[in-house]
Amino acid sequence: MLVYLKIYRYNPEAGRNVPSFDTYNIEAEPTDRVLDLLEEIKGHIDGTVSFRRSCAHGVCGSDAMRINGRNMLACKALVKDVGTEITIEPILGLPVLKDMIVDMEPFFNSYKSLMPFLINEDVPADGKERLQSPEQRERFDDTTKCILCAACTTSCPVFWSDDQYVGPATIVNAHRFIFDSRDQAANKRLEILADHGGAFRCRTAFNCTEACPREIHVTQAIAEVKNAITSGGVEH
Amino acid sequence: MTQTHQHEVIIVGAGGAGLMAALYASRGADTAVLSKLYPTRSHTGAAQGGIGAALGNLEPDKVEWHSFDTVKGSDYLGDQDAIDYMCAQAPEVVYELEHMGLPFSRTDDGKIAQRRFGGHTNNDTKQPVLRSCYAADRTGHMILQTLYQNCIKNKVHFYDEFHVLDLLMNDGVANGVVAVELATGELHVFHAKSVVFATGGHGRIWELTSNAYAYTGDGVAITLRRGLPAQDLEFFQFHPTGILKLGILITEGVRGEGGVLINGKGERFMERYAPTVKDLASRDVVSRSIYLEIRDGNGIKGDRYVHLDMRPEVVNHYAELDGRTLPDGTPYRVTGEQLLSKVPDIVDFCRTYLGIDPIKEPMPIQPTAHYAMGGIPTNVHGQALSDAQGTIVPGLFAAGEVACVSVHGANRLGTNSLLDLVVFGKEAGKMAAEYAKSADYKPLEANPTDFTRQQLDRILGKSGGEKVVTLGEEMKTKMMDDVGVFRTAEGMASAIEKMRELRERYKNVSVDDHGKRFNTDLLNAWELGCLLDVALATAVSAHARPESRGAHAREDFPKRNDAEWLKHTLAWMDGDQVRLEYKPVTITKYEPKERVY
Repeated sequence: MLVYLKIYRYNPEAGRNVPSFDTYNIEAEPTDRVLDLLEEIKGHIDGTVSFRRSCAHGVCGSDAMRINGRNMLACKALVKDVGTEITIEPILGLPVLKDMIVDMEPFFNSYKSLMPFLINEDVPADGKERLQSPEQRERFDDTTKCILCAACTTSCPVFWSDDQYVGPATIVNAHRFIFDSRDQAANKRLEILADHGGAFRCRTAFNCTEACPREIHVTQAIAEVKNAITSGGVEH
Repeated sequence: MTQTHQHEVIIVGAGGAGLMAALYASRGADTAVLSKLYPTRSHTGAAQGGIGAALGNLEPDKVEWHSFDTVKGSDYLGDQDAIDYMCAQAPEVVYELEHMGLPFSRTDDGKIAQRRFGGHTNNDTKQPVLRSCYAADRTGHMILQTLYQNCIKNKVHFYDEFHVLDLLMNDGVANGVVAVELATGELHVFHAKSVVFATGGHGRIWELTSNAYAYTGDGVAITLRRGLPAQDLEFFQFHPTGILKLGILITEGVRGEGGVLINGKGERFMERYAPTVKDLASRDVVSRSIYLEIRDGNGIKGDRYVHLDMRPEVVNHYAELDGRTLPDGTPYRVTGEQLLSKVPDIVDFCRTYLGIDPIKEPMPIQPTAHYAMGGIPTNVHGQALSDAQGTIVPGLFAAGEVACVSVHGANRLGTNSLLDLVVFGKEAGKMAAEYAKSADYKPLEANPTDFTRQQLDRILGKSGGEKVVTLGEEMKTKMMDDVGVFRTAEGMASAIEKMRELRERYKNVSVDDHGKRFNTDLLNAWELGCLLDVALATAVSAHARPESRGAHAREDFPKRNDAEWLKHTLAWMDGDQVRLEYKPVTITKYEPKERVY
């Protein structure tokens, strides 16, 4: 089938300092990924079209972009699902550097600000694993799936307008530790998230949940964090 | 303007091996990690089924059994001292990962959960053993995330999206690297005392692959260009179960949980090829069996694929026939819900890319290029070696898939790659810091970026030349056809000629993008150069080995030949000539014998 693509272009270095769209018509299969189409264009038509990608099957998080106005991974969006008229733009709310490539530094800096690592220096005397029941493990399973693609954060209307807000992905990763029975710093994390740039900035728009390519219940995770703050902590 | 940086230890690559090396090196020396991807994009994150360690959490297991299984899996080409070391370290590093925060799946009594995997057995009963420590079917993702989290905790210094293009040497001693900063296109020189290559594999040489776009053999190609050898490149693993046409991996864990391979006649054909462990034979054995079924017209509808079936009724049917029991002796039976919780990502992949639900329908699969057993030769300390005598290259270390210790020999067992990168990443990191403390900075040569600039300028100086994708497609097709699961002298000879032709045409390659910022067009072209070098060295190494061993299966030499070929290949590259030498395999207690599953 013939697919009509409209691709966002921006590259001040090459004189394209006003964003505009280039259009391409290419032959595709319904099962082709949008990433396959971008590769086809880059390889055969215009090598200057720029985007990040690596694993090509939805686990590395490199290729989050706006496809027909919605945040998706280009490698998980199939032609049969997005249609034969496809508009591709960079994710919103992070500075665009070139075409679909955005500056990820603000995103990762926010992620790092919530101590995204287990805090617990006690290990069993026999050197073996700490015990954790399947139910305790299940409690935070959903948020361990995050691949830091930024699809959620850059779909959030609060994030677009408020540069103080840490954004959904940061809260998801805080949730992963707050509800891990092995972690000893839940209160510290909750304290940070109770602050003005934290969880209460969320206005439950649910964009993040819809955008997540890993199907994490992002809004719910944020709500659980809010509840933990208001109820004064978590019990494992 | 070239900037020069100085760090005692430079680590190239931020997957499992690179991050583990970084955690350990940074404890003893000023360390920085350079990665062409953001660290969490690394391909370790795609690993699914688990990390092998004889914890015995659910049933009896022993380090010695893990060692023997690995030696046997390697078709006796693995070095037994290195294998013993890795398997003995396994429980300790798995506990260490748990202590770092890795969210393993759990047993009912709260321990790390373990599942069956191909080639891992109870050596007394010969039956599959629960050895693979897992976190659902995203174990690699959890390892990558956990190690990156700990690097943040320990304030490890990262240069993200710095693509290393050259290794610097002074009088045979490694003393730095040259990298391009993707955001600016500027070259940077990193002056170091120790350089650790943890750059991953080169599975993008083949048409159908489970590997990321980033898996372009940079580390092996760079060291070949610097006159260092690559070991055992002819041994490349084809994983039996890639999604039809896409190559996306379906974990062996599916078979560990009871899934079976079914041909077009509805037969569970692995019974014929591996009567004892059946679907859980080594990957080389299973991939060949699938090819033979297809060749005999037993593919699904006579086509070039078979089914992997994990529908609960099918799993339960074969579990009953096999008499499979749980550790408490009760019959093994599963529900769709239980399977979904064990391999949720696989279910997601099938729904997304195939439009099928594997709990209700079988999955169409075919073998897919997956893992490089070969790479930069190292000893058990991660020190790179320059010859068949084991001479150490001062200052150079390698770990993970880019390295060849060799613990995988001619065929790697599933779960041993994650183990390899954690064990040897740790060792290489420690040794790199230790070496840095005793060494001085070796002076840089006058114009350290010259060689890199030549390579880039040659590409940028052309227009209207050969296209990167065209050359790449020709390479991948040829390698798949003639240096794939089954090989012949004639096919490999023609592949060698083809790779020489492509390398010649590559001299005329051109790109559209002549800018500096995020010039992925240029870097794709540079990466193709790496792939072509590694492909040629692979084809030559393979052509020279007239026997079948592990993943190297010759139709014209179907038997293993221990008398003449129980030895490692070392390949050096000089222009389009590849020179080969051989070195002995370290045998300690396991004498080579016939390999049956």
